[in-house]
Amino acid sequence: MEDRFVYADNAATTPIDPRVLEKMMPFLTTEYGNASTLYALGQSSHLALEEARRQVALLMNAEPGEIYFTGCGSEADNLALRGYLHSRQAKGKRHLITSCIEHHAVLYTAQALEKEGFDVTYLPVDRDGKVRLADLEAAIRPDTALVSIMFANNEIGTVNDIAAIGALCREKGVVFHTDAVQAYGHVPVDVKAMNIDMLSISGHKINAPKGVGALYIRKGILVEPQITGGGQEKNRRSGTENIASIVGLGEAARIKRENLEQEMTYLRGLSRKLIDGVLRMPQTILTGHPTDRLPGTCSFCINAIEGESLVLRLDMNGICASTGSACSTGSLDPSHVLLGIGLSHEISHGSLRLTLGKQNTEEDVDYILERLKDVVDVLRAMSPIWKA
Amino acid sequence: MEYSKKVMDHFAHPRNVGELPDANAVGMVGNQKCGDIMKMMLKIENDVIVDVKFQTFGCGAAVATSSMATEMVKGKTVQEALTLTNKAVMEALDGLPPVKVHCSVLAEEAIRAALADYYQRQGIDPTPYVGVIPACDDAHEHDHGAREEE
Repeated sequence: MEDRFVYADNAATTPIDPRVLEKMMPFLTTEYGNASTLYALGQSSHLALEEARRQVALLMNAEPGEIYFTGCGSEADNLALRGYLHSRQAKGKRHLITSCIEHHAVLYTAQALEKEGFDVTYLPVDRDGKVRLADLEAAIRPDTALVSIMFANNEIGTVNDIAAIGALCREKGVVFHTDAVQAYGHVPVDVKAMNIDMLSISGHKINAPKGVGALYIRKGILVEPQITGGGQEKNRRSGTENIASIVGLGEAARIKRENLEQEMTYLRGLSRKLIDGVLRMPQTILTGHPTDRLPGTCSFCINAIEGESLVLRLDMNGICASTGSACSTGSLDPSHVLLGIGLSHEISHGSLRLTLGKQNTEEDVDYILERLKDVVDVLRAMSPIWKA
Repeated sequence: MEYSKKVMDHFAHPRNVGELPDANAVGMVGNQKCGDIMKMMLKIENDVIVDVKFQTFGCGAAVATSSMATEMVKGKTVQEALTLTNKAVMEALDGLPPVKVHCSVLAEEAIRAALADYYQRQGIDPTPYVGVIPACDDAHEHDHGAREEE
């Protein structure tokens, strides 16, 4: 096939939807009012802010008043973990439960909380990347304040049994937070049906701009603000609202809600084709759960080659992809997720993640498969450990 | 992290890559757990390296440093090749990101391992000439970037 550009790293970020940008433009130009002011210009921003809040809430079946906008998904995770634990410590609730394959926004925040004196349990996951319900149940203690388990994993795409985890936490009277940055807008999310108390999202994973996120906090849950100041977002997150980006997030949520089922079906089809094609190459494995996975996430380990080399050579062919190999991160160990699901260092060095988005086509997948095969052949030919 | 144009050139178009069936000096360093393995194959005649090939499993910097190292020893005497340092390989590539310095160390060690094999095949103890080449085993403290200051 002729050279083309294929963006297949939609779990890293997504392009802004033209409709989202169009909706944002007035707030980057003429509608620049501060939403906290009384005059008409400010009220226009205020109305836009509240409409965005409503749209973001609708896509997760929350009430608009339960949505708090933040600067990013990581900030939402920080606010949930730090804000909730700090509000509970006076009651003697000093225990947090999370999993070993969380995003670093949760993992490193948990480690920072440990340094403050909180107790943290890091649950293992099974070989598909799911938290086992029995492990969670066994870890809950009388002083457990919070459970934070990701909705879907960013590297391998595995979707946890969130409804079951939510039901268990509710039954045990423990607050449940989930990092849904990869899931929101990609699979159905229902905070009521799934008994979720707090949920983090990010704009740029759903075709909204970077630099905006939100935390859903169920009514009645107390969270201490991490940024104090002018009292925006009902005192939970001060700072003048980033109206344009919030409007973008609202519009992106509206579009996703309209197209969720259709997009899921489309991406599952594309992913099936890509996964089948890659697994036809010898000595390749799929990582993550075979079926309970994000519709667009295809993650593999390819034996006898190293992930960074693979990604660089794919880039030379116009394909954007990513890897969890150690060399890509500059650390000794491959990604904590790949090790967390029990893969060896040896296998993990050859990790490849291709994440498809709605803009990708069948031709893109054909192109990826053709060029990936060439690249793998070249790298294996120069690998001293390759044995056909 | 950014690679220099030279690193990308050697990564995209590695020199002297492949196998060398009539090699009389072969060295392999690193291991798969650490994520880099380099195999150097030299053909030495009258103490001169007349041909060289490499095979590498590893990142962009691992491939580029192997490639550059082969260019730097080709046509040289064994004594000259023994003076090759990781720093020289790095400089020839217009530098490496700090976390990738260990790749140049591995390239130097791979050449030395091949030369050690050359001595051994002649029944000569290589240690006085090439020193001790550290093995990358499980206990090895594989500290990326540790030799940056050298």
